[in-house]
Amino acid sequence: MLEMRGITKRFPGVLANHRVDFTVNAGEVHTLLGENGAGKSTLMKILYGLYQADEGEIFLSGERVEIHSPTDAIAHNIGMIHQHFMLVETLTVAENVALGLPSNRGLRTDLDAVSERIEELAGRYGLAIDPGAVVWQLAVGQRQRVEIIKALYRDAQLLILDEPTAVLTPQEVDQLFVTLRQMTDDGRGLIFISHKLHEVLALSDRITVLRQGTITGQVPVEGATRESLALMMVGRQVKLAPDKPPVEIGEVALEIRGLSVMGDRGDKAVRGLNLEVHAGEILGIAGVSGNGQREMAQAIAGLRQATAGSIRIGGVETTNHTPADVRKNGLAYVTEGRLRDGAIADFSVSENILLIDHTDKRYLKRGLLDFKAIKEHSLRLVDEYAVKTPTIDTPAKNLSGGNIQKMILAREMSGTPTVLVASQPTRGVDIGAAEYIHKRLVQQRAENTAIMMISEDLDEVFALSDRIAVIYEGQIIGIVDRQTATREQIGLMMAGVRPE
Amino acid sequence: MSEFFTQAVLIAAVASGIRLAVPLLLASLGETYGQRSGVLNLGVDGIMLLGAFGGYYTVLKTDNVWLGLAMGIGVGVILGLVSAVISVTLKAEQGISGIGIYLFGLGMSDLLFQKLVGTPLPVGSFPKLDIPGLSDIPILGEMLFRHSIIVYVAFGLVPISMYIINRTTFGMNIRAVGENPEAADSLGVSVVRIRYLTVTIGGMMAGIAGAALAIDLGIFQQNLTNAQGFIAIALVYFGAWRPAGVMAGSLLYGFVNSVVLQFKTLGIIPRSWSDIAAMAPAIITILALVLVARRFRQPAALTKPFTRGT
Ligand SMILES: Nc1ncnc2c1ncn2[C@@H]1O[C@H](COP(=O)(O)OP(=O)(O)OP(=O)(O)O)[C@@H](O)[C@H]1O
Ligand SMILES: [Mg+2]
Repeated sequence: MLEMRGITKRFPGVLANHRVDFTVNAGEVHTLLGENGAGKSTLMKILYGLYQADEGEIFLSGERVEIHSPTDAIAHNIGMIHQHFMLVETLTVAENVALGLPSNRGLRTDLDAVSERIEELAGRYGLAIDPGAVVWQLAVGQRQRVEIIKALYRDAQLLILDEPTAVLTPQEVDQLFVTLRQMTDDGRGLIFISHKLHEVLALSDRITVLRQGTITGQVPVEGATRESLALMMVGRQVKLAPDKPPVEIGEVALEIRGLSVMGDRGDKAVRGLNLEVHAGEILGIAGVSGNGQREMAQAIAGLRQATAGSIRIGGVETTNHTPADVRKNGLAYVTEGRLRDGAIADFSVSENILLIDHTDKRYLKRGLLDFKAIKEHSLRLVDEYAVKTPTIDTPAKNLSGGNIQKMILAREMSGTPTVLVASQPTRGVDIGAAEYIHKRLVQQRAENTAIMMISEDLDEVFALSDRIAVIYEGQIIGIVDRQTATREQIGLMMAGVRPE
Repeated sequence: MSEFFTQAVLIAAVASGIRLAVPLLLASLGETYGQRSGVLNLGVDGIMLLGAFGGYYTVLKTDNVWLGLAMGIGVGVILGLVSAVISVTLKAEQGISGIGIYLFGLGMSDLLFQKLVGTPLPVGSFPKLDIPGLSDIPILGEMLFRHSIIVYVAFGLVPISMYIINRTTFGMNIRAVGENPEAADSLGVSVVRIRYLTVTIGGMMAGIAGAALAIDLGIFQQNLTNAQGFIAIALVYFGAWRPAGVMAGSLLYGFVNSVVLQFKTLGIIPRSWSDIAAMAPAIITILALVLVARRFRQPAALTKPFTRGT
């Protein structure tokens, strides 16, 4: 149904797509696979009219079409789920769905009719949602459903899904796949993008690999394995789980006692939480998102007020100290919200890398910033963490999603902190980079850093942790040793079942 | 002090408070549209001044207050469009560009006044309309239902604006564009078109506000508005971007102003204090609203120009 022919797209200093040919048949899932910055989102944005290609043509059902704007794309029954949510948080679900569509009541909105149709679609595709709910109140998984309903409502026959699973829990991913399968059974064509290879294998019919803007391979899903896909993507063998040499577990480096923290909506997100992380261990925090992980991490970093309890880093009380002070006491923090609170979108890569180090003596010369030293430092980190960017002076917002994450990691993990809190460290990051990040985490552990790793990816939790703590409704409901832990056990605890 | 608490004085104070609130209400309602869609127009006061002069001059020449009001609309629409070009198409820094419009309006209105009129000649004012039946209610009738027509128009625009913003497709688009223009754009809502419309509505309302002020006073002079346009912008913030909040703020300002005026007339405030007293309405209004309306968040895209990738 879709054929893209010879698509080329240049950005200043980057060839994002180079003569890309790409097709989708009705009723199939065609996966686009590639490293961070390979050009996947760019190709999809061209198809959806958000970017204009420099060269190339697009055909739909054999006919050549021009797509200059999302309006054109929608008119051709193309829908897109974007890598970052495209929802108006202050509007209701029904309003978000109705946006841009004519109302059958003239100037007035016809939200009750829209709501009815939403419920009909929701029922048919298993996307339970309350059309009257305001979006900011919705959890991530529900928001994703709204995005899908938006596309279904416009009768999208071709649906682009740019990393739709990055923020979902495993259960939500399973549900999503059921819905997506139902859509292909209706004869719709889907384009799927993900860095998680087991998902790609579970969902796809065909897989195309993009590398540095060029197509380097295409295979049917039959016969493909995680290893073979990784090899196609990165061009070398990738270790999917890191080697973890045993280390001596040290003293308690992070101690949390009776911590309570408020959430964004004035609710109690963390309720009297107790936890200890020792030097030289990786403590994995498993849990369905929205159970207080974010608020806990922010409170540790001094970014959110603790209403009760205490936090000690390396034996020093840091409860409700300023973020700068907490850092001085040896904390490094990798946030999950990348462009929102991990980086400054309009700052260059090198400025973003310097953010926390700007008072460091190494980068000062007679009280002024020493630009030569900064440049060297930035270049080294960009290189080490394989942050793909034209130059270190490029603004962060022009980087691909995964590369922004790598830039933040490079900044936070470059020193030797006493405590490292890493939230979703490999979310949206390609497998090559994930391998490197895991290796770095294990190295940090060998250097006696106490690491708290918050992750919804159970594979990651099991691959890296020494102990696994499960967070549920703002409390730790159980801690298990990695050696004895089973997935079933952790899964039950994530659902709120207390261990015996 | 006791002179103030007589029935006649109190009624007059409330009635004049409502009257004084009108220009602010018109201007801040208009600015609400722009800000809800993400555009801050700091030029309101300049547009008001030119609208005021246009309205005044038209009434002076034709002796028809409705033509004067129409002139205010015309001046407002044109300057609103100019503001839209500057902030939406040219994507100028909104914290600064509006000041240009203000200075232009301030200087231009005075220049035109000096060249075309020179000495302040009074003109006729809006006709009064006593609402049949309602205006006979004791006390309340005198306070609320014996005003000039423009007063009813201004307050009538409050529920109409609430309806437009909350219940129409246009209003939904305004809210979406002011909150997350990328999301609106990805569904085919034209961010540029919506913002042109809202900024032009804002300009039009500022023009009407200016004309209403001049015609109500029956006079024009340099800087007639005395920064009411800036207070109107503040009212939008503190009225939490909602027509009802904006109305409450305008009324509060009007009442405080009218009480200060009454106090002065009755000699409760000594003459030497009158400068300080003149600032009181603005200060009290802003303080009160800061305390009341802090829990509301501003439109997320306010002052941020929108560009789609290329
Ligand atoms: N608006 C832009 N301006 C300049 N460069 C851009 C822009 N958008 C993308 N790029 C560059 O184009 C390249 C491809 O980016 P794209 O977002 O398509 O990658 P991706 O394959 O989706 O990666 P990821 O897996 O990290 O999301 C990157 O090098 C990126 O820096
Ligand atoms: Mg991408």
